[in-house]
Amino acid sequence: MEKKPGWKDIPIGGLIPRAGNSHEYKTGGWRTWRPVHYPENCINCLVCFYSCPDSSILFEDGKIVGIDYDHCKGCGICARECLINKREMKKPEGERKLAIEMVLEEN
Amino acid sequence: MADRKIRQVKLSLTGNEAGAFALKQANPDVAAVFPITPQTELMHAFSAYVADGAVNTEMVYVESEHSAMSATVGAAAAGARAFTATSANGLALMWEIVYIAASLRLPIVMPVINRALSGPINIHCDHSDTMGARDAGWIQIFCENSQEVYDSLLCAFRIGENKKVLLPVMVTLDGFIISHTTEVVETIERDEDARAFIGPYEPWISLLDVDNPVTMGPLDLQDYYFEHKRQQVEAMTNAPAVIDEVFAAYGELTGRRYERVEKYRTDDAEVVLMSLGSTAGTAKEAVDVLRDEGLAVGHLKVRTFRPFPFDLVREALSGAKVVGVLDRSISFGAQYGPLCTEVMAAVHGKDVEIRNFIYGLGGRDIFVEQIAETGRSLYDLMRGKKDLPPQSYIGLRE
Amino acid sequence: MKKMTEIIWHGRGGQGAKTAATMLAAMAIHEGKYSQGSPEYGPERQGAPMKGYTRISSDPVRIHSSIREGDVAVVLDATLLKTVDVLGQLKPDGVLIVNTTKSPDELRAELGAPPSVKVYTVDATGISIAELKRNLPNTPLLGALVKVTGILSLDTVVEDARVKFGKKFSSDVVEGNIRAIERAYREVK
Repeated sequence: MEKKPGWKDIPIGGLIPRAGNSHEYKTGGWRTWRPVHYPENCINCLVCFYSCPDSSILFEDGKIVGIDYDHCKGCGICARECLINKREMKKPEGERKLAIEMVLEEN
Repeated sequence: MADRKIRQVKLSLTGNEAGAFALKQANPDVAAVFPITPQTELMHAFSAYVADGAVNTEMVYVESEHSAMSATVGAAAAGARAFTATSANGLALMWEIVYIAASLRLPIVMPVINRALSGPINIHCDHSDTMGARDAGWIQIFCENSQEVYDSLLCAFRIGENKKVLLPVMVTLDGFIISHTTEVVETIERDEDARAFIGPYEPWISLLDVDNPVTMGPLDLQDYYFEHKRQQVEAMTNAPAVIDEVFAAYGELTGRRYERVEKYRTDDAEVVLMSLGSTAGTAKEAVDVLRDEGLAVGHLKVRTFRPFPFDLVREALSGAKVVGVLDRSISFGAQYGPLCTEVMAAVHGKDVEIRNFIYGLGGRDIFVEQIAETGRSLYDLMRGKKDLPPQSYIGLRE
Repeated sequence: MKKMTEIIWHGRGGQGAKTAATMLAAMAIHEGKYSQGSPEYGPERQGAPMKGYTRISSDPVRIHSSIREGDVAVVLDATLLKTVDVLGQLKPDGVLIVNTTKSPDELRAELGAPPSVKVYTVDATGISIAELKRNLPNTPLLGALVKVTGILSLDTVVEDARVKFGKKFSSDVVEGNIRAIERAYREVK
């Protein structure tokens, strides 16, 4: 268990003295479904990037390069909004070439 | 006077005018205003200073007291020296933000012109408004007269802004009895001297400091909220030493020395009366009447109700056999009024009889003779000639 | 022994009892005395009977209650004597100053005032209308009060009135007020 600091060791007034420190709070452990990105099927349209509520779609040099599993909560919005997936879901199961697929986390 | 560096001048001012004058000399950065009787004249007078260019204060004219305190909190969070003023129902309306100001540790200063809370509606003095706010985490200084209003407001900034404290400060004055009564007030002649006493404002935090971005007022759950409350306790614990230090410095500057309690003829007193605010003056007159009758009676005035001066009260009452505590508000369902409850806690374990008297609600006048009669009945109680219930009333029709 | 003089101003809302009570306090403070001036606040209604209080002392004024029995009663409007028990709020050896055209003897007989009460009258309304073209009896009554009681010097009253009114009014109004104060000082009987 994490040991939290006592009242003498925290800023007064509930102040959070540094900007952007939510990055340190790892929410990846909340996930039961895990998004898997397939670059070979992805057209880098960035719909997933804009849709992600946790800024967990990693993007570099014009390309989606992966998923930030430290912070992704597995909500599945990326897979649902993905333009490629919308087209592919019309095909029979087994023939689909998804760009993002939600798979159950291993236990 | 010769050894003091500053010159002073006596003015005739009402309590509200004395408050506005002190705030003008303090020249705060921001003021938020909303009118309510009997506070209105204070902000009228301050608005005139703004209009005349006597201060640099940014006035925010808001649509309610909730907004007044919100604007003040916002300004203070931005790093400004900020104040507002209110009374009774206005204080009640700003309630949630009153707590937030203290919890965010913003050293706001607020004169509260004591007035009864409705209903039925009443615009006159009692202490029910500020007594309701006694657990909000603010320092509370009660004033006996216009002089104390002026002096306490200048001290309030320095007390609240001290890094060991960082709490908002309420300076209270009795509605109409002080707020609308013209009295002699000795003031620091030059505004610069008053400002120098308060000192430049160095905010401990500023949301406008873009190089050091911070978050204020975030969600604070089961895992941290308790620790933040403990910090507020610590600030209140630190406050007495800081208040004493500021009062001493102010005494050095002006010759007017204050303490957190004021003893009047208590040294050999067997019966001690206690009160807050303007009644303390009337009670001192009553003490003189009783002393002339050969009764060893004194009066103990509490100036800082928060933090309550437990140690000083306990010490001042150490020789007393009977103490009569006058409360200008009721704590419905409690055994005693707010002041008496604190006094009971302060003298816990001591062999002293305490009686509580509720008086003056809704501005009901209190006269020297009534207090003197109370003192006599307490004397009779001490001599075993009379019994008195734990709590009774002065000036109430049966 | 402390010497404090307590004055009750009886007037109607709008007649300036509050102004007189606080102005007198400010004047006393200017003279280096301790003083306190306050109105009795009720619902503020034009014409309704109201009171103002002034305390003047050589020592700091600590008492903060209203005055139940004054050393001096100043009546701004003689019609109040029919409805307000002015004598009941005056010490047995107190001073009564009334704005009326009647003589002190006539008024004493009318009120049945005991011989111990000192009764003075002045036509403050007549003076005010002559000098200011308005019925503002409070300033002339200040002149009458200082004459009768000697509590402040006429110079202080004139000087302070000039400063106070000078901030708000034209020199005609200021000088009218000064003449009214001086006339009441001379004419009070």
